[in-house]
Amino acid sequence: MDSTIKLSELAIGSNAVVRELPVQGQTSLRLREMGVLPGVAITLVRAAPLGDPLEIRVRGYNLTLRKREAEHVIVEIAKDET
Amino acid sequence: MPEPAQIQPLAAPPAALPAERRAPVYALVGNPNCGKSTLFNALTGLKQKIGNYPGVTVEKKTGTMFSQHGRPITVIDLPGTYSLAARSPDEAVVRDVLLGRRADTAQPDRVICIVDATNLERNLYLVHQVLDLGRPAILVLNMMDLAVAAGLNLRVARLEHELGIPVIPCEAANGKGILELRLAMSRTDLPLSRHRWDIPVPIAPAVSELQASLIENDGKQPLIARAEALLLLTDQDVVRVAGSACLSNVTSGILTDWKKRWAGQAVDWSATLVTSRYEAIMRLCAEVVLRNARTGPSVSDRIDQVIVHPLWGWLVLGGIMTVLFLSIFTLAEYPMNAIDGGVAALAGWVKGNLPPGDLRDLITDGAIAGVGGIVVFLPQILILFFFLGLLESTGYMARAAFITDRVMSRVGLNGKSFIPLLGSYACAIPGIMATRTIEDTKDRLVTILVAPLMSCSARLPVYLLMIAALLPGDRVPVGAKVGLMVFMYALGTSGAFGFAWLFKKTLLKGGPPLMILELPPYRLPRWKDVLYHMFERAGLFLRNAGTIILGLSILLWFLTTYPKSSGDLTPQTQLAHSYAGMAGRVLEPAIRPLGFDWRIGIGLVSSFAAREVFVSSMGVIFGVEDSRGKDTTPLRTALRQAHWPGGAALFTPLVCLTLMIYYVFAMQCMSTIAVVKRETNSWRWPLFQLAYMTGTAWVVCLVVYQTGRALGF
Repeated sequence: MDSTIKLSELAIGSNAVVRELPVQGQTSLRLREMGVLPGVAITLVRAAPLGDPLEIRVRGYNLTLRKREAEHVIVEIAKDET
Repeated sequence: MPEPAQIQPLAAPPAALPAERRAPVYALVGNPNCGKSTLFNALTGLKQKIGNYPGVTVEKKTGTMFSQHGRPITVIDLPGTYSLAARSPDEAVVRDVLLGRRADTAQPDRVICIVDATNLERNLYLVHQVLDLGRPAILVLNMMDLAVAAGLNLRVARLEHELGIPVIPCEAANGKGILELRLAMSRTDLPLSRHRWDIPVPIAPAVSELQASLIENDGKQPLIARAEALLLLTDQDVVRVAGSACLSNVTSGILTDWKKRWAGQAVDWSATLVTSRYEAIMRLCAEVVLRNARTGPSVSDRIDQVIVHPLWGWLVLGGIMTVLFLSIFTLAEYPMNAIDGGVAALAGWVKGNLPPGDLRDLITDGAIAGVGGIVVFLPQILILFFFLGLLESTGYMARAAFITDRVMSRVGLNGKSFIPLLGSYACAIPGIMATRTIEDTKDRLVTILVAPLMSCSARLPVYLLMIAALLPGDRVPVGAKVGLMVFMYALGTSGAFGFAWLFKKTLLKGGPPLMILELPPYRLPRWKDVLYHMFERAGLFLRNAGTIILGLSILLWFLTTYPKSSGDLTPQTQLAHSYAGMAGRVLEPAIRPLGFDWRIGIGLVSSFAAREVFVSSMGVIFGVEDSRGKDTTPLRTALRQAHWPGGAALFTPLVCLTLMIYYVFAMQCMSTIAVVKRETNSWRWPLFQLAYMTGTAWVVCLVVYQTGRALGF
C-alpha cells in the first residue's frame, strides 16, 4: 500500500502529494514556509540539464531545490497516475 | 457612568516628534519577484536614497513621496523576503526593522504588504506574519493583469473584509492602482488588522509565557511581543546581524526550556506554527480566489521548455553571453572614444588657462587623467548593468542560476554566482555589485573575492601588447595569438574556481548553500525600472569609487612626479627619478626572480590606476611618444630593444609570458578595491584580496620564470 517515495526519485512530470518533511533543519523550515507542507499537491516539472537541481510546481508557482534537499521529502504518487 | 474607552494612538518612540508632525514612515515588504521595486519606483520616483544599514552589508533604500494633501511621506523599501524567520542578512534586516530591533532605524509607523496576485497562498504567508505586528497596514495586490490572464478571479472586497485592512489591486508596471494606493496611504485613520488566528493548542502556553517575558524583560509592546514570541517559536537558528538588539537572558531561558520539553514530547513546534498559518491562509483563499480552469501549459512553461532544455538551454545561455560581450567590446567603443576626447579636451583647456606649474600638472595629469581613466569605463559598466537588470527583470537570471547550479556547487558556490562571475569577464565592478542577489554571506564574499580573477577587459591591452612583443611579425599565425589569449582566460577562470573551492573549504567554510528558489514566470521587462537600476548602480559606483580613485590618482601622480630631477626633464628621466621610480628600484630585488626589472616594476605600480595604464607607463619609461595610439609598433620595437644593464634582452618571450601571467592573477585595479570595500563594508576584505591575489601572482610567475630559465628559454 505504501506508495511513498523520496521526492528526488519521483519521475519527471508526475503529480504527487507531500507526506513528510524532516523535523529539524533549515531546509525543511524554509520548504515549509514556501508552502511545501504535508498534504499539498506538487508536480515534478523537470530536472536541470545537468541533472540537478529539480524544479517542482507547488501552490501555483515553480520552486527549485537540489536533489540533496529533495531526498528528505517523502511524497506519495497521486492516485490517478499509473 | 464609566468613562468611554480612549483609543490610544500608537506610541511614537520617545525622542521623536509626535506622529502628526513627523512625516509618517511606511515600510514596504513583500516576497522577491512580486514587483516591489517597481512599486517603490512608481511611488517615490527619483526621490530615493541608498545607503547601508550600519554594520551589515545590506542596502538601505528610502524614498519620499507626497500624500494626497501634499504632506511628505517616507517609504523604506525593505529587501524582499519570504518570511520573518530570516535565512540571510537581508531577511534579518527586514525582521529587525519591522520588530523595531534596530537602533539606527525607528520602527515604521505603517506597513505596505505587496503580494503577487497570481500566487496568493505563498505570498500571504509573510503577510500573515506581518499582520501579527498590529501595525496599520495596507495590502497591495500586484500583477492583477497577470492574475486575470491566468484565469484567476479575486474577490477583493471579501479579502478586505476578512483581513480588515485596505486592499488595493494594482498593476505597478502599468501604473494602475498607484493613485488609489496613494489615497489609502494618505488616510489618517488606517485600521489595524482584524487578523484572527488561533494559535495551535500545544504552542499557545509557550507563546503567552514568552510574550509576558518579552514585555517585562525586553521592554516590548504587547503586540510586538506576541509577534516576536511567535517568530522565536518558528525560527530554529536565528540569524543575527550587527545592529540588532539581543534577547534578555530570562526570555532566552524560557525559550530553551520549552524547546527541550517539546523535544522530549516529539512535538515539532516550528512545523506546527507554519502549518497552522497556512491552514488559515488556505481557508482565506478558498473564499477569495476563484480559479477558472486553465488548460495546458502557460506561456512561461512553454518558454522554459526551450530555455532549460538540455541542448537549447546551453545555446541560449551562450547566445545571451555572446551578445553581452559583443556589445561591451563594440558598442561601448563609441562613447568610450567620445569620453576620451572629452577628457583630453578638458585637460587641454586647463593647460591653456592655467599657468604652467605643479598645480596645473596635478589637475591635468593627476586628477583629470586618473578620474578620466575611470569615467571612460562608464559605458562598459552601464551596458553591463543594463543587461544584468534586463535579465533579472525578465526572469531569465533565475534560469541561468538553475542551469549552472550543478557546476557551481562543485566548488561550493551556487548558481547565483554564475552571472556575476561571467560579467566579471567584462569588468569585475558590475560583477561584484551584482553579487547582491546572493543571499548567503559566505557565498557572496567568496564570489566577490574571486571575481577579479576572471580576466577583465582592462587586461586586454596588456595581453595584446605582450603577445605582440612575444610573437612579433605578421607571419605568426593568428591561431597562435588567439590560443595564447584563450590560455590566459582559461588560467584566470581556473584560478577563480580553484580559489573559490579553497576558500569554501577553509576560510569561509559554511554549509552547502540552500538552493530553494522561486522561478518566477517570464515577464516583459519593465524598461523604466531597468534604466533606473542601471543609472542607480552606475551612480553608486561613481560616487563611492570616485572619491577613493581621485585620492589614489593624485597619489600616483605625486609618486611619479616628485622628486623632480634637476637636469634633463624628459618624461623618461623624470619618471626614473621619481618616487615611483625609486619604488620600482626598491621592488626590483623582489621581482627580479620573475624576470622583471625596475622599469617593469614602475609599470606594475602605476597599473593600480587601471591595468591598461601599464601600456602608457611602458611608453613613458622607454621614451616612446604616443604609446596609446593604435600603432603599437614603436612601443613594441622599444620593448624588444630594451636591455638589462649587462646587455641581456629584457623582454624575452619568457618574460612576456610571465608578465601576462602576472596580470592574470595580480589584483591591480583600485576601482575594484574601492567597490569591494563598499560591498563588504570594511577594508579587511579588499586588503586580503590584494594580498592573496598579488601573492599568488608572484609565486606563479616565479615558478614559470625559473622553470622556463631552467629549461633553457
